[in-house]
Amino acid sequence: MSSLSMSTEVPVKKETKDHVNKSVVYDTKNLNLWYGDNHALKNINLPMHENEVTAIIGPSGCGKSTYIKTLNRMVELVQDVSISGEILYRDKNIFDKNYRVEELRTRVGMVFQKPNPFPKSIFDNIAYGPRIHGIKDKKILKEIVEKSLRGAAIWDEVKDRLQENAYGLSGGQQQRLCIARCLAIEPDVLLMDEPTSALDPKSTLKVEELIKELKENYSIIIVTHNMQQAARISDKTAFFLNGEVIEYDDTDIIFSTPSDKRTEDYITGRFG
Amino acid sequence: MKELALNSNEKTTQKQYMNLAKVNRRMTARLLINNVVKYLFFASTMFGLVILAFLMYQIFSDGLGWLSMDFLTNRLSTLPERAGIIGAITGTVWLMFIVGPVTMVLGIGTAIYLEEYAKKGKFHSFIQTNITNLAGVPSIVFGLLGLTIFVRMFGFGPSIIAGGLTMALLVLPIVVVASQEAIRAVPSYLREASYGMGATKWQTIKNIVLPASIAGILTGVILALSRAIGETAPLVAIGIPALIVPIPSSITDNFTVLPMQIYYWTIDSVLVDEYASMAAATIIVLLAVLFLMNSVAIIIRNKFQKRY
Repeated sequence: MSSLSMSTEVPVKKETKDHVNKSVVYDTKNLNLWYGDNHALKNINLPMHENEVTAIIGPSGCGKSTYIKTLNRMVELVQDVSISGEILYRDKNIFDKNYRVEELRTRVGMVFQKPNPFPKSIFDNIAYGPRIHGIKDKKILKEIVEKSLRGAAIWDEVKDRLQENAYGLSGGQQQRLCIARCLAIEPDVLLMDEPTSALDPKSTLKVEELIKELKENYSIIIVTHNMQQAARISDKTAFFLNGEVIEYDDTDIIFSTPSDKRTEDYITGRFG
Repeated sequence: MKELALNSNEKTTQKQYMNLAKVNRRMTARLLINNVVKYLFFASTMFGLVILAFLMYQIFSDGLGWLSMDFLTNRLSTLPERAGIIGAITGTVWLMFIVGPVTMVLGIGTAIYLEEYAKKGKFHSFIQTNITNLAGVPSIVFGLLGLTIFVRMFGFGPSIIAGGLTMALLVLPIVVVASQEAIRAVPSYLREASYGMGATKWQTIKNIVLPASIAGILTGVILALSRAIGETAPLVAIGIPALIVPIPSSITDNFTVLPMQIYYWTIDSVLVDEYASMAAATIIVLLAVLFLMNSVAIIIRNKFQKRY
């Protein structure tokens, strides 16, 4: 196994052996991003694979949140962002002029740092995605809602109160509801931006268990502040520092024998 | 002064800046000034209230006697005992039917464009500044604009449609600004959740932003309407008739509104004494309508207060 390390000038990309059979979902090539004059992402090169959990770790301000928001082009909602380089999603460059961002976001669901259900009923929250994509049949919507809520392991808790406002749920339940809301559009990839940072330990555990289950059917990319969490749930880990990818490898290698001194320092808690 | 806070041993050796005896001597004067100022401000507040109470008393004592069902439902007449304000009431209602939809479509449309679609930049702040300036343009100027464009150029004459459109332009900035504020108050994480699932901008606006901001928008619309109800100057400028007996029945008819009726009766009260009381009675009707509309606005605002 070789590690993937790179510097700003000469990006080196080496595939680890067990990836040969797994197809690449997201391939980032020479990605640079600026907020105005602030160079937030520097020459990122990252291949991400199907049915894996890829964790992105790093100290605050290292660009990990920016990066995950770039994967579904959510970052463009911020004013004054400029981007160079490519991100290939299923072999198509998402920055292509003709690429429809709505199409991308239909295939790539996103779970946010703070649970953000709509101020609607639980049912309407889940049915939102299918509805905007044109599904009107009540029977089908009902089936989707049940399937999605089961998929996010929250069905038993809410099945008797589907018509109640989602704001009545606890924080942990709201976050799983948001995951269910993503599942309702049957995505290919799930992007999770620190999904447990606003949750208590018990809810965090539940969400983590859920992520491990979801891995069977989805490719998951998760940003996390919590290194133990990355170690527990991910297959691959990328360590970001000051907008650069310092190291990207199998999670157990990153956490046992990292090849870069800075990775080791961060993981052992010497900074960050 | 930091030395004072240090321990007592040191204190004795330090120079003292605070002379307690001196401070206490001046304390009485300071407290006195404090009280005087308090009552001055209270008096300022009461001034407005007293004036309002006096106005109310004047109007009610003058007009309440004239207020009757007949007064509300009779047509205009030169004979005071037969005169009523049904024409002015109908005209006001007609005016609202023009002003309401026109300002809602234009105002909410502008607000959505500026908040959701327009790129924030020089052009955006140029429009924004001008909308704010528009709110400060005197109403008589809008009247002249209406006279030039709607009455003359479009040939509507001093009709309901001309008056309504003029009035709609006058209150448009109120609706735009109120709607913008309501839309801005919708948290961005709700939009992100919607975009994140592949919704288009319009789907997000329609399903998420508008339902969450509709209370604020409606409040703005109602406040704009109540402003339009009380305005007189633009209608004087477009030249709506002083006295009109027929009740308007379509948007191209000539019309009058409550404040216009008040205006002309007040002017003519030098000729006929009763006109002053009739004007007062009409003011009571107008105030009642305004009070009702503002109450509705408050109720809407409280009922739909942020739930996210």
